[in-house]
Amino acid sequence: MKQNQECLHETYVWEVPVRVTHWVNVLSIATLSVTGIFIGSPVTLGLTASAYVMGWIRFIHFVAGYLFAISVVSRIYWSFVSNRYAGWREFVPFLSAEGRRNMWRMFAYYTFMSRKVPHPIGHNALAGATYLLVFLLYLVMILTGFTLYSEHAPHGPLHALLGWMFAHFSNQGIRQTHHLIMWFLIGFAIHHIYSAWLMDVKERGGVISSIFGGYKPVQGRE
Amino acid sequence: MEKGGSKGKGENPEQCFDVPRALAERGITRRDFMKFCTAMSAALALPMTLVPRIAAALESDARPSIIWLEFQSCTGDTEALLRAANPTVGEIILDVLSIDYAETIMAAAGHQAEEARAKTVKESRGKYIAIVEGAVPMKDGGIYCCIGGRSALDIVREVCGGALATITVGTCASYGGIPAAAPNPTGAVGVKEAVPGATVINLPGCPVNTDNLVATVVHFLTFGKLPAVDGKGRPLFAYGKRIHDNCERRPHFDAGQYVESWGSEAHRSGHCLYKMGCKGPETFHNCPVQRYNEKTSWPVGSGHGCAGCSEPQFWDTMTPFYRRLPNVPGFGIETTADKIGTGLAVATAAAFAAHGVVSGFRHKDDESKDGKGGNQ
Repeated sequence: MKQNQECLHETYVWEVPVRVTHWVNVLSIATLSVTGIFIGSPVTLGLTASAYVMGWIRFIHFVAGYLFAISVVSRIYWSFVSNRYAGWREFVPFLSAEGRRNMWRMFAYYTFMSRKVPHPIGHNALAGATYLLVFLLYLVMILTGFTLYSEHAPHGPLHALLGWMFAHFSNQGIRQTHHLIMWFLIGFAIHHIYSAWLMDVKERGGVISSIFGGYKPVQGRE
Repeated sequence: MEKGGSKGKGENPEQCFDVPRALAERGITRRDFMKFCTAMSAALALPMTLVPRIAAALESDARPSIIWLEFQSCTGDTEALLRAANPTVGEIILDVLSIDYAETIMAAAGHQAEEARAKTVKESRGKYIAIVEGAVPMKDGGIYCCIGGRSALDIVREVCGGALATITVGTCASYGGIPAAAPNPTGAVGVKEAVPGATVINLPGCPVNTDNLVATVVHFLTFGKLPAVDGKGRPLFAYGKRIHDNCERRPHFDAGQYVESWGSEAHRSGHCLYKMGCKGPETFHNCPVQRYNEKTSWPVGSGHGCAGCSEPQFWDTMTPFYRRLPNVPGFGIETTADKIGTGLAVATAAAFAAHGVVSGFRHKDDESKDGKGGNQ
């Protein structure tokens, strides 16, 4: 690494919409999880009947839900117009032989079978494939969440849009799914922070600071 | 409907029954009758200006024949109708209907009874109303419920198929209810599923709220058609609003005051039953407003959470009744999604902590060009 330092130059990897949606997702998922756990199993915090504890917590949950949905949809849109590092192809590496090879390399490194540290500029192939799964879970969360929310107005436009969900899944099943996926996403967040930290240490590519500033030091010109 | 007997079956009821006289006989004043008509217009969410029209319709001679069928049921809906403490205007309105067949209350029995039904089906084809109580078993050719040597399926196809409209009373007739609960050994279904071609309006509930049955009949007598329904075939006037949104305990939900155990101070103070498994936030019925037994009370009013009895497959999907979420298949009976999720999160953190420790002690990573794979 040291002898190559002079060859490093800045590459603009994460454009503004990628970074903004990333941090909006972080904020809204944290808010949605905390408020969601309270809504699912509340504790008596209201001292009098005129308090509005659950009312406000639900309000925050719904606002964060809208924020999250807008952020996720924006990010999906951006994957079709962004630079190559954030484009949709990053999330389906398993479609190409090279992508599958890269996924295997990363997997072998993570599981201590190989000592070769992959140095991708954008997402590593395994992470890209994981984010596809995570975004699918996001979409299921948005769908189940807004479906349950629509019940407050059973003849409103939201219910007209999502009422078909109730024809295919039981109401309690939709609730169960909404709870379980939250825990999957919490599990993902733990993994995500750990892996970013690990790769920041091992790659020495500044991956953590890149999601704040957008730039990564890259060897050799692309 | 025991009045069905009192008005004298078989001696041409058209001539010996009229509403004003029946009301007078029961000691119900004209004022009470008009109050009833006003209450009905309110229940049906109709404007006040229609009250005279309702009154006129109820006093007219239009008397559609009724066939009341009962299959896989506990007779709870019949009981709900018959066990009113005082004769109400609503019951007399049901007297307006000519009930030609209803096993529980009719005087005739055996072949005589079956003949009465066959006569109505044949002579009033397309003009009578069928009321069905109880589920219809479909398995093995419908042999699990037979009346007079004929299967329920056979009877319901004939009667509901030829009816002007069918009103299902109770959840069993509407969606299969308890007989249809897993594993549904008899293949029980609701009427609409048994006779897809029939015009069916569902009045689910366990039991049906008599007020809603009366209101549906009043709507029919007044306008000559059934009221508007939701996606589950239930009239909007009775099932259009969520229980949670009309619940008298709702302020405690919003305030954040919950019952944690039965008989606790919070329970006695009428706090919200959400944590005790109340399904009110996902069920649609007018129980909080209309209540049962002449508006005396309803489950949540008497301290028990909503079990979701008016929703399809409630026995399978709303259980356990005293928990917010269903059990997760493959895990123990006390295991909720959140317990499993907490375990999952802790296990993930532990696994990555272990990975981190191992990584921390691995210093000899290959930094050669070959190592720089990735997807550049």
